[in-house]
Amino acid sequence: MLSNLGIFSIVLTLLISFLLVYNSTILFKKNNQILLQKIINLSLSQLFFSILCFILLIYGYVSSDFSLINVFQNSHTSKPLFFKIAGTWGNHEGSLLLWINILVIFSYFFLIKGKNYNINFRLITLIIQNFLIIGFLLFLLITSNPFVPIYPVPSEGLGLNPILQDPALAIHPPLLYVGFVGSSIYFSAAIASLMTNFKGKEFANSIKTWVLISWVFQSLGIIVGSIWAYYELGWGGFWFWDPVENASLMPWFVITALMHSVIVLEKRNTIYSWVIILCLLTFILSVTGTFLVRSGILNSVHTFASDPSRGLYILIYLSIMVVGSFLAFFKYQQKEIYNFSLKSKETFVLVNNWFMLFFLITVILGTLYPIFLEVLIQKKISVGPPFYNILIIPIVIPFLIFMAIGPKISWIKHNSVKIWPIIYLLILATILNFIIIYFFGSYSILTNLIIISAIFLIINTLIDLKNSFAKKGDSSFSRIISHLGFAFLIFFIGINNHFSLEKDFNLKVGDKVKFENYKLDFKDLSIKERKNHKAIIGNFIFLNKMTGVEEKLFPEIRIYDQPKTLTYEASIKTKLSHDVYLTMSNIERSDYYNIKFQKKNFMIWIWLSAFIITIGGFLRLFKKN
Amino acid sequence: MLTKKVKKRILFLVSIVFLTAVSIFFIFKVLNDNLLYFKTPSEIKKDENLDFQRAIRIGGMVKQNSLSATSKEIKFIITDMKNEIIVSYSGAIPNLFAEGKGVVAEGKLKDRNYFIAEKILAKHDENYMPPELKKNVK
Repeated sequence: MLSNLGIFSIVLTLLISFLLVYNSTILFKKNNQILLQKIINLSLSQLFFSILCFILLIYGYVSSDFSLINVFQNSHTSKPLFFKIAGTWGNHEGSLLLWINILVIFSYFFLIKGKNYNINFRLITLIIQNFLIIGFLLFLLITSNPFVPIYPVPSEGLGLNPILQDPALAIHPPLLYVGFVGSSIYFSAAIASLMTNFKGKEFANSIKTWVLISWVFQSLGIIVGSIWAYYELGWGGFWFWDPVENASLMPWFVITALMHSVIVLEKRNTIYSWVIILCLLTFILSVTGTFLVRSGILNSVHTFASDPSRGLYILIYLSIMVVGSFLAFFKYQQKEIYNFSLKSKETFVLVNNWFMLFFLITVILGTLYPIFLEVLIQKKISVGPPFYNILIIPIVIPFLIFMAIGPKISWIKHNSVKIWPIIYLLILATILNFIIIYFFGSYSILTNLIIISAIFLIINTLIDLKNSFAKKGDSSFSRIISHLGFAFLIFFIGINNHFSLEKDFNLKVGDKVKFENYKLDFKDLSIKERKNHKAIIGNFIFLNKMTGVEEKLFPEIRIYDQPKTLTYEASIKTKLSHDVYLTMSNIERSDYYNIKFQKKNFMIWIWLSAFIITIGGFLRLFKKN
Repeated sequence: MLTKKVKKRILFLVSIVFLTAVSIFFIFKVLNDNLLYFKTPSEIKKDENLDFQRAIRIGGMVKQNSLSATSKEIKFIITDMKNEIIVSYSGAIPNLFAEGKGVVAEGKLKDRNYFIAEKILAKHDENYMPPELKKNVK
């Protein structure tokens, strides 16, 4: 029953999408107000039915309707209600349906919010967006239908992978998807803009909000995913250059570049072609990321749904998208006149873009090179974190300096760049850096440079903040918040990276170990039966001999039945100055437990700084123009 | 004689091309220095010119009844059903590290039969097996 309803509404959504393309094409040829209203109504019903599909699937999960294979494979009656709902998008089919929903939602709101814009531009955007929707709906129906029934109906489901049963991971995919898929709308708009000659400031205006929305959500999605990996996977850090993490970072670099460039287009009506390229690239990289993750090419946490036919479909889809969009670009692209001097804000925004592209190329090469090499010479290789660290960390130093100076430069032509204030502030930053060294101990030259440039950016941004308060109606407040967040992020990463302590031990119950100024005492073990798993809980006491502070830590080994899995639950004590982090794992046929101990300085500040970056985006979103 | 404007533009283009070329070169150099080759125990047996200084990854299955632990280290055997290699490791073990399961160890070879691991990676999938191994088992 549910299966039929679900498939029916998918097909209906598909049908409406075709109708939308058809009607928009007709309207494009002859201007007709009645037809426009019809298109808006069609778009609304498309929204209604695609959301209905999703609600039906959620209902299937909530009511544990195992007549659907998808529910049977990914749910279980004993699962808490929250995770039943979150389970809807915790698998390939459901998340693809979510993906389509976001495509449709953005399509609808772009159509009705853009009343002031050229009608042809809106129509072409709608047509292209609907081509994208049709492509993904067909993908859903052909390879990944969540409503496929199963007979006879099983009485119990297989359950959701326990490491995915987590609040952070419940909200991580929707956030990231709004970010990824949200970029589809300015992909469509970019092509429409080329075709209808709707460009310049107006075009920048029409996409600005959507760029900001998807940037905010993408950033939030990445942060939440990173926090999840920190405490749930027992990785105990904030970034690992895991291929799947990289896949989410690739579009983020481009969208960040775009967010800066679109301001140049809006204010100065220049670098139009470059903005278009960034618009196209953001969505292309979003789909590429999805392809890499979903096809199972990248072996990682997310490869729970690898199926070659799906990979092939996305690959074909992707190729059509890339070729199509760039053909459109070269066909309609026009010559542009750039008139701004080297010493101008425009140049500094382009410098930002240059850095973003450098980071992007680094990450793309590190992630894709192993795949190419495997195909070409049949050798299996991987690229370790040192690759990224060597390339990215030194480049961050000039990046921070430029980031501090850039916002102070005026548009078109900046007459004289005052050198002395910059030098004074650099000296101040260096002094502050040495004060930190004096109190906490020394670190490498590279870390020194990172800390100095981060402090330099912090000071500069704080001065900007002060000036922004002095001026009424200043528009730079949101930018200042984001830049400040970024400066603090780099600052705390630098400190964290250097002063963190990591130790691994094999311990038996009752063992004590001493290291540096600390003592770790493995008191005892207890066993607890919980609703859907059994937990073996370690009882540890961590003593700081310098301060006499004691921490009780309770890492767990969880044994799940549905599906049969073992997970390790880290015990984390978060304080303002540091996190104490402990995981415990059993070693087969041995009384020893493998203990991973970490003391991570200023961990909470890393997360906070990252959130502050996105808060800047939010502020800009709610600010009235 | 070139006008000032044209000169400026040429300078701009040249610097862009130069910067791009330098960064691409730099990226590839670092990339090549940091490649970790993945080998199976059988490949190590066959390999004529092994580099004992360079970190590699070896993959296979943790042999049944081969795991032992002391307070200092964990020892186990990685097998690909044809050849095997002893691994010594002191560090944190990941989820799903167990006998009879797939494993990837990163570190350096001491000799052809002995591997000192610096990192153990297991996949977050209970059915994971390194791709080479799949062929052998089948």
